[in-house]
Amino acid sequence: MQDRIKYWKGIEELDNTPEFAKHAHNEFPEFLPIGEGSGQESSATGKTHRRDFLKLLGFSVAAVSLASCEAPVRKAIPYLNKPVDVEPGTANWYATTYYLNGDYNSVLVKTREARPIKIEPNPTSALTPLGTSPRAQAAVLSVYDNNRLRTPLIKGKEAKWEQLDKELASKLGSVSGKVAFVSSTVISPSTKQLINEFGSRFGNFEHVVYDANSSSALLAANNGVVPGYDFSKANIIVGINADFLGTWLAPVIFAKQYIANRKVSADKKNMSRHYQFETIMSLTGANADIRVPIKPSEEHAVVSALYNAIMGGGAANVAGIDAKALANAVKDLKANAGKALVVSGSNDPSVQAMVAAINTALGANGTTIDAATPYFVKQGNDAQMLRLINDMNNGSVGAVFFYNANPAFDHPLADKVISGLKKVALKVSFAERNDETAMLADYVAPDHNFLESWNDYEPKKGYLSLAQPVLSPIFTTRQMQDSLLAWSGNATSYYEYIRNNWRKVLTGDFNKAWEKAVHDGVLQNGSSMLTVSSTFAPATIGSAAAKPAAGAIEAVLYEKVAIGNGTEANNPWLQEMADPISKATWGNYVTMSRKMSEDMQLVQGNVVKVTMANGKSIELPVLVQPGQAQGTIGIAMGYGHTIDSMPVAKGVGANAFPIASVVNNGIVYTSPVKIEKTSATSEIAQMQTHHTIMDRLVVQENTLAQYIKNPKEVTEYVRIATHEGPAKPSTVSLWDDYEYKNHHWGMVIDLNSCIGCGACTISCQAENNIPVVGKAEVLMRREMHWMRIDRYYSAVEHEEKDYATMEDPAENPSVIFQPMLCQHCNHAPCETVCPVAATMHSSEGLNQMAYNRCVGTRYCANNCPYKVRRFNWFAYSNNDKFDYTMNNDLAKFVLNPDVTVRGRGVMEKCSFCVQRVQLGKLEAKRENRRPKDGEIVTACAQSCPTDAIVFGDMKDAESRISKLLAREHGERAFHVLEELNVQPNVTYLTKIRNLA
Amino acid sequence: MMAMISCILKTKHKIFLAFLFSLAVTFGAQAQGESEQAKVATKGVEPGSTEGAQVGSADPAVIDAGAALFKNNCAVCHSAGSDVIVGPGLKDVQKRRKESWLISWVKNSQALIQSGDADAVAIYNEYNKQAMPSFAFSDDEIKSILAYVGSQADVAAATPTTVAGPEGAAPGENVGTDAIGAVGGYLDIVLVVLIVVLIVLVVTLLLISSLLKNYLNKNRDLNEDDKEVVNQRFDFSKVYKSKAVRTLVMLIFVVVLLDLALDKVMGIGIQEGYAPKQPIAFSHKLHAGDHQINCNYCHSTVYESKSASIPSANICMNCHSQIKKESPEIQKIYRAIERNKPIEWVRIHNLPDLAYFNHSQHTQVGGVECQTCHGPIQEMDVVYQYSPLTMGWCIDCHRETPLNTEGNEYYDNLVKLHEQSSKGAFTVASNGGTECSKCHY
Repeated sequence: MQDRIKYWKGIEELDNTPEFAKHAHNEFPEFLPIGEGSGQESSATGKTHRRDFLKLLGFSVAAVSLASCEAPVRKAIPYLNKPVDVEPGTANWYATTYYLNGDYNSVLVKTREARPIKIEPNPTSALTPLGTSPRAQAAVLSVYDNNRLRTPLIKGKEAKWEQLDKELASKLGSVSGKVAFVSSTVISPSTKQLINEFGSRFGNFEHVVYDANSSSALLAANNGVVPGYDFSKANIIVGINADFLGTWLAPVIFAKQYIANRKVSADKKNMSRHYQFETIMSLTGANADIRVPIKPSEEHAVVSALYNAIMGGGAANVAGIDAKALANAVKDLKANAGKALVVSGSNDPSVQAMVAAINTALGANGTTIDAATPYFVKQGNDAQMLRLINDMNNGSVGAVFFYNANPAFDHPLADKVISGLKKVALKVSFAERNDETAMLADYVAPDHNFLESWNDYEPKKGYLSLAQPVLSPIFTTRQMQDSLLAWSGNATSYYEYIRNNWRKVLTGDFNKAWEKAVHDGVLQNGSSMLTVSSTFAPATIGSAAAKPAAGAIEAVLYEKVAIGNGTEANNPWLQEMADPISKATWGNYVTMSRKMSEDMQLVQGNVVKVTMANGKSIELPVLVQPGQAQGTIGIAMGYGHTIDSMPVAKGVGANAFPIASVVNNGIVYTSPVKIEKTSATSEIAQMQTHHTIMDRLVVQENTLAQYIKNPKEVTEYVRIATHEGPAKPSTVSLWDDYEYKNHHWGMVIDLNSCIGCGACTISCQAENNIPVVGKAEVLMRREMHWMRIDRYYSAVEHEEKDYATMEDPAENPSVIFQPMLCQHCNHAPCETVCPVAATMHSSEGLNQMAYNRCVGTRYCANNCPYKVRRFNWFAYSNNDKFDYTMNNDLAKFVLNPDVTVRGRGVMEKCSFCVQRVQLGKLEAKRENRRPKDGEIVTACAQSCPTDAIVFGDMKDAESRISKLLAREHGERAFHVLEELNVQPNVTYLTKIRNLA
Repeated sequence: MMAMISCILKTKHKIFLAFLFSLAVTFGAQAQGESEQAKVATKGVEPGSTEGAQVGSADPAVIDAGAALFKNNCAVCHSAGSDVIVGPGLKDVQKRRKESWLISWVKNSQALIQSGDADAVAIYNEYNKQAMPSFAFSDDEIKSILAYVGSQADVAAATPTTVAGPEGAAPGENVGTDAIGAVGGYLDIVLVVLIVVLIVLVVTLLLISSLLKNYLNKNRDLNEDDKEVVNQRFDFSKVYKSKAVRTLVMLIFVVVLLDLALDKVMGIGIQEGYAPKQPIAFSHKLHAGDHQINCNYCHSTVYESKSASIPSANICMNCHSQIKKESPEIQKIYRAIERNKPIEWVRIHNLPDLAYFNHSQHTQVGGVECQTCHGPIQEMDVVYQYSPLTMGWCIDCHRETPLNTEGNEYYDNLVKLHEQSSKGAFTVASNGGTECSKCHY
């Protein structure tokens, strides 16, 4: 049997604080504090006065009699001229591409009555066939953002396009000085070409590319491109501050590659080993087999130790770093030459130069790095942008354009950007909303949302993809490229422009090939269109930057999986998405180790004032983060918007970009800071710590060594004592079993594949019309997510007498993720306690929930051992108090018309996407056949980038799930809380760690 | 509970009847109850069974295929009889023309006209030089249409009036319910006869008693006591003052009041019979009834989609760009198109948002006729809501209706399993069709 591993969800559970103990036993707060403010006497005492009662009675009678009158006349309005391919009630799917700030996803968009309602991965794509990122999932809501610009702006005033074009034409004719086009990374070949064509008419034109979270150093060390990493070919992966599964470069592409060599089965008992050296606890670090916390100032030393050990063969040793782990990493790397990969997220050219040299020395080129197919997802050049900021301040810039760029918010020198812009005669922004930079522009020519646009992309050399509009523009916006064409006096549309460009790469009959490319969304015949010329000074290996004074606190600016660099901060789904590690929603915070918080006498929620080297300060609450490197803090970027065009993000968190500083003509995302405690407290709305597992066996993990030895012993199965000896819990049952004749739906979740990214939670939210409840409600433990990813920290308990593990378990715990959703128990405890039979079992194994029968007793939620039921405390639609997704006509377009919008006072929970099950069966019936395996999938399974979730019919012996269950039976397959004998239809597979 | 609502008016009527004729209380109520149900059932089946008579020499499958093609493509302009809609009626068309000529005409009539074919030019001129659109049918498909037209001529000879026949309904499918229907009619007759007999009985008895009384008064010498007995005078005030009668009347009054109240309350939100005035006086009777245009022609997604879809104006224009252009109602469509404003019909069938309903599930998979739920739509000048659309009404049908499993591989194994375990019909309900998550999610 495995060592007894202690799991805990957060520091408060580890310590069992009184506050936690109180909440743990009390799933729902005691009373419903609906009365706000002072509250009237009657509601305060909870008693109703006679007069109030009579008033209510009178009102009810009147309401009922009114309702009994003629029902309101409802209109049914057909198309005037029905488009050929739109059939009311039937979904259409279009292939397109989501790309923003490095996050590339080839996607399919589901539209109903010509409105996009859901984004799913495009299985035709070779790069992202399995799933999407959470941000791509949420992007469908952004198109319905009411705060996008509705018309162009001239000096902040609404204007007509004709007028803007006219004024710009004359201004562009008389521009003097340098013309700069500032954008984040552009991976569209046609757009890039068009920008250059547009610039060719000016004498002095520069296309300045910068990324808010830059990878300049990496690019400098690799000739201006991101090396063609292939994690699937690596047996040993060493990551140094590179969150490649969560936010670094192209996480969805990398996650797919990474997991390919992490899945184990009885036939394939090997997996990669992953070392991670990092400061903050990142998603990638959480998935690593061996994780070593390092300070940012130690990064250079760690990489040079690796470099020296691999190049010279000396022993790697860095003061203060786990020597054993470092030595093991070197040993493994050397032993796996040609199958090893080292990646670093550092923006120090010297570090990146060493990493490139290490990879070359390890023979990674041609194996784990394909030099022929580099990635283009990041091209930003810090030096170029810094030069432009100086030029603007010098007054030598005549005109500047901003496309997908918001430096007034997200550049560390935002102040200088703002002051510099004042000296520029012509400032044009293409922002979709009046963002921080657009507010300073003379002209705002709002761009379409990506779902309204034509475009092409090349994220990786030889992998082209197309974007097509899936709805007609909602507002009077115009695609940036069309604006450029118009201002260049070019009469062709951008659509024609792309088509003409694609003539170069499409073979055969052009129209047919083009239609196929648009249909597939991708073109993967190896042809490439994007040309990237390196503008970087080559990186050389140098000495480390000056270390901060001993004892100084080093702050790290990091990107969160949901919010990224803040471009999409106004998306309420993303704001309410629990961070994979901290499980916090709505806002950023200061992460620090437990030791530091104790030394500084801080507890979680205390607001601290963080003062940076440049004198700027921000105030944020403290979050105690297990695994955070000692002497460091982490603060997420992208928060702290204060503009009116981002009402959802306004005032949420603080802007931490000033932490980044300019060093040697580049930007580093760290700086020494001072921390002072303030008297304020601000609660952090975390999701998971709401329940306790009471030391029960919920997640299971084991080591690869054990798995190779005997796969039958990696999972612990609970046995019940009976008079005939220990028995499987399912053999001792009060209940009769169901007989499933037709289908028996089930799900298998591989804990070894789940990286915890959270794409499934957003996918579920989009598919099932799950409301956003806001920070206050999350704090009240009333979030509505049907699916959550539980994150457990763990450490081996002290019994082993291993001195290393006897240290504080919160210092560097292991992390395990467990997607948790309704388990659709065959003997469901919720079904037996419902007094009105609103939840009951279906003949296909689903635990059904009939909202309109529910009277809201919440007995079911109390009786659910998995705590997956959610109660509608309020009406979340048409309610000004919840002004997120269901309170205005535009945002309501995103609702799935096949799923009920629940009312107040009813319970809800995961339905196994019964609407998809029903539709899949119907389509099969209409074609007189049985459903094909893989045809019916839940939203979570479809959007999982690592294929961790398998959904299917367990009655069908040929289905993937049946085969998987048969294969893993008695090995890794287990049910959570099996001893309760609720017999879930969701099965988990034990996580396997490849420990050194 | 809800199921009663659908026939509540009729039930009440019955109860009063039963109450008055207290002799037949139990029997009457029961008999009528069944007969009402049966009526609904027969109505549902009626249109489907009209196509039962298949006459003619051709293969029924070919005729079926031809029927579908005809109704979806030709019926808009041609009748299978001799009426002229836009183009000529196709009765006996095979006798008039050669098959090869017909095939080339259907495929591309303009080419035929231009080639100078005398018949083609004559037809073209006869019908105001209105070109028939070309259809990309295969030869077999055209032959199947012709076979269908031929078979229709035979049917017309056999049954002079045909209702717009739905396609694909297997004859004799609802034999069971038909039988109940027949029994229901019989019971109705029994009841009427019974009532008549009772009335006759009462009248006879009254006559006999008056005869006897007359006889006794005239021919017998009666003492005072006997006289009193014979010439009993009916004292109404006694009845009026009787406690029992008063209680009974009060009771009836209260029951009626309660019944009415309950009726009203349960009827809230149920719009059975709702027939709002529509912006354009479109008549289903004219289109679906008289001209036999297939429902699917206008409600084009009824076999494919959740929604049957209300036709867009361009579908109207397929015909009305030529036909009845001067009608003021049709002018409204033109105006809508000119102003680029869609026609705002008043919605009649409203299911609450919490219920999921899919047309194709019922039409394509279940083989349910439009009329089963929408009533005799081909007879409606103004469409009204025929069915109550309550949950009880849905569930009733799901409990009673056998699944349409014929030739559907999806059900093959299920039918076998069902036959092993049960002797009853394999209904929608026995396949889980009454579970919450089949309609509520």
